[in-house]
Amino acid sequence: MSAIAFARSPSSGRAFVAQLQRDLTITFRSRADFVNPLMFYVIGIALFPLGVGPGPDRLALIAPGVLWVLALLSTLLSLDALFRRDYDDGTLEQLVLNVDPLFVGVLAKVSAHWLVTGLPLALLSPIAALMLFLPGSAVGALVLSLLIGTPILSLLGAVGAALTVSLKRGGLLLTLIVLPLYVPVLILGAGAVTAAVDGLDPTPQLTWLAAIFALMLTLTPFAAALALRVGLE
Amino acid sequence: MLFDNLDLEVREGDVVELTGPNGSGKTTLLRCLAGLTADFDGVVRHAGAFSYVGHRGGLNLQLTPLQNLRWSAAIEGTDASTSTLSAMLDAVGLAGYELTPCQQLSAGQQRRAALARLQFRDAQLWLLDEPLTALDEAGCALVRQLLERHCAAGGAAVCATHQPLRVAAARACVLGRAA
Repeated sequence: MSAIAFARSPSSGRAFVAQLQRDLTITFRSRADFVNPLMFYVIGIALFPLGVGPGPDRLALIAPGVLWVLALLSTLLSLDALFRRDYDDGTLEQLVLNVDPLFVGVLAKVSAHWLVTGLPLALLSPIAALMLFLPGSAVGALVLSLLIGTPILSLLGAVGAALTVSLKRGGLLLTLIVLPLYVPVLILGAGAVTAAVDGLDPTPQLTWLAAIFALMLTLTPFAAALALRVGLE
Repeated sequence: MLFDNLDLEVREGDVVELTGPNGSGKTTLLRCLAGLTADFDGVVRHAGAFSYVGHRGGLNLQLTPLQNLRWSAAIEGTDASTSTLSAMLDAVGLAGYELTPCQQLSAGQQRRAALARLQFRDAQLWLLDEPLTALDEAGCALVRQLLERHCAAGGAAVCATHQPLRVAAARACVLGRAA
């Protein structure tokens, strides 16, 4: 074998792109990871007309809350795998050792997670809204609130997933850590949709969501990176 | 406590063979050296960059060896073309398996794929945890060759191992429960 000399020139941008590309490739290789949360979302929504009764008025009343609660639960369902598989196969160690600053790698993983869970959920939500007789005038607010809100769910979830990465059965603990943090997002998201249903302007709630998103985008990658380092010990 | 009064100096050209019974702290020592564990009193000083290949190899089994290697190259900050990466896989005996998902490879081939990334990176120090696990005769010879080349080029390595490395420059460091 020939000795190949390489210059080491770490670049955060390249690490980000490579990590994002890798995670997306893996997700499309194992389609179950990608499809499960979406199936859970649609099936969960489909159960409500059966449980509550098919009356359009009653369903429309609970639709904003149900649509958001299920988006939250399906995100939660997908979180456990965020760092767990990388932890099990040793790639997480490599990420921690090589990507400096580590939050870039975390941000890439969270972005990939959102692209394959939050984004499809938001795009799928108009169909789910149809099943619950959500008034057409509120569908825009629903999609928009999910587009702004689901990245927050992925970002906050990453902190929980990082904290529980070394636990064999961290699922329940992850839920306990993350769910309370999700409450404001749920209230604002469902609030935006309800406002639109009532013919009010959903902008205030959406603006609050956007503000929370900006805050979480700057804080949670650091927190998750720190939690990963601790989790690997 | 796993070890006390441990003083290990690794110089250019050194191969340190960490041996000792199961549970004597070989992996823990390597993780201390790599900075993956901070749960110790003492100081670890590095003169340069290092590469770490743990007993979990750091391969995603759904990706191919080539995809894994490309990812390693990117996060380690090395620029390598596909042909260079393929040449590296050739060098560890994986020619023809570049595009086979790692889960279809044997344990030995997976270990080879994990070791392939030692070839890039100007890392002076290699920290290897059981590099010979699952490898056949030719694979062990390959690791020996990699180590000898690396040391001849001024590198150094610390290997935790149960099988003798049989590298000429190796010196032993035996961990064990003190009487």
